[in-house]
Amino acid sequence: MNLGKIYALALRHLYLISNSLPRIVDLIYWPTVQIFLWGFISKFFTLNSDYYSNTVGIILTAAILYDFLFRVSISFNMMFLEEIWSRNFTNLFIAPIKLSEIIASLTLTAILRALIGMVPAAIIAIPLFGVSVFELGLPLLFLLLSLYLFGVTLGLLVTSGLLRFGPSFENIAWASLFFLAPLGCIYYPLDILPISLQFVAKGLPLVHIFEEMRNILLNDVVNYFDIFKAISISILYFVLGVIIFYVSFYGAKIRGTLINMGE
Amino acid sequence: MFIQIKNLSKKYKDTVAVNNINFSIEKNKTLGLLGPNGCGKTTSIGMMLGLIKPTSGEILIDNKNIDSFKRDEILSRINFASPYIELPKKLTVRQNLEVYGRLYGIKDLKGRIEEISEDLDIKNFFSRKTGELSSGQKNRVSLAKSLINKPEILFLDEPTASLDPDIGDFVRTYIQKYRSKNQVTVLLASHNMNEVEKLCDSIIMMKNGEIIDRGTCKEIIKKHGRNNLEETFLKLARGKNESR
Repeated sequence: MNLGKIYALALRHLYLISNSLPRIVDLIYWPTVQIFLWGFISKFFTLNSDYYSNTVGIILTAAILYDFLFRVSISFNMMFLEEIWSRNFTNLFIAPIKLSEIIASLTLTAILRALIGMVPAAIIAIPLFGVSVFELGLPLLFLLLSLYLFGVTLGLLVTSGLLRFGPSFENIAWASLFFLAPLGCIYYPLDILPISLQFVAKGLPLVHIFEEMRNILLNDVVNYFDIFKAISISILYFVLGVIIFYVSFYGAKIRGTLINMGE
Repeated sequence: MFIQIKNLSKKYKDTVAVNNINFSIEKNKTLGLLGPNGCGKTTSIGMMLGLIKPTSGEILIDNKNIDSFKRDEILSRINFASPYIELPKKLTVRQNLEVYGRLYGIKDLKGRIEEISEDLDIKNFFSRKTGELSSGQKNRVSLAKSLINKPEILFLDEPTASLDPDIGDFVRTYIQKYRSKNQVTVLLASHNMNEVEKLCDSIIMMKNGEIIDRGTCKEIIKKHGRNNLEETFLKLARGKNESR
């Protein structure tokens, strides 16, 4: 992989952000709104629920982590969609850049975009609601890593869909995360789900990530085996996502859709 | 021959976009690709750019099959400009050239951008966003991008479409000058017959995915007993297929 080319493509998206104040505001605005919304809900639950009475802001922490996943995935999709919207798709795919370098560049830029939104939101939560996601300590890094990998995987799957079905797949890009959210047990424990769905949910890294987050915050115990399990499942999905992306790209070459994407 | 196309076909489910075409281009020569809309020009260029997988046939560059090159190795030697594709609109001209210069791994990027922007007279709108430019300005920026890597092979798809006569002439004259100064093999797809006559060493005419005639402009005009290339084009486009 050529780092210069990865940087070049990342630069294209960084210029896009830095050239536009509304884009920067947009990146920060939504996570911050989430913090306010879930902060007040969290405060209400804390005052009125036995389950959450031990840990202030457990929902808020879940909201911040989920928003990180959402931002990573949406950022990945958005950057790919930008190429379609700007009709730059052909220019990009005739440039001497490998698919692996495109994936690497989008992956690296996605985390940057996600952090631009998440860091201010996480910091705002401290004085406003007395909740710090950083209280999760070192495991936070591993949980974020797992969420990051899974977010990129979802991005890869959506971009594969865009390659396969064209820009009409755009709506799926926006909806992709909401399909999985109910099974991800983000705001509630796994045993709320019916048994049959619990089985399916365990196949997703989200359940393990958010169960572990609650475990740390409620019981003050870190189960590194569960974190390892979450990261392993995320890696597995990530590899699958990369394979599907390559297959979709090859399929798009056969169908001839790369040359007129966005028209 | 620098570029050789052998028995190249592209079939979609029920459509034959390109049917068993054969042609070649000598090094540093310009070949015009002519034909009515939907005749298979864009599909042919797409296959040569590696964006479309041929159903059958071979594309040889410098006697090597295009599939035997690494993707980035072959793409660093070619480039493409078309008014139907654009550069990111929200980036300035300078930023776009910088990004593409880096993607093509240009060593003295600053010098190359300086050189090409002076040649194409785009320096006065360097800091403007590409989406805010007129079509003539965009066209020149797109051409600058396509020459940033000093390509050995340049694909031009209707390079002067939708330009006023003045800018159109500027672009044509520039391409002519660039070609005489640099080692570049050009494949030009165009509906502008004057442009084709001015720029191309030889032409091929396509219709319904097939090559229906080939030769120099003079040869083809003479063969069909017409006064100019436009009349010849109309005869071929409206008539029955000529022998290949």
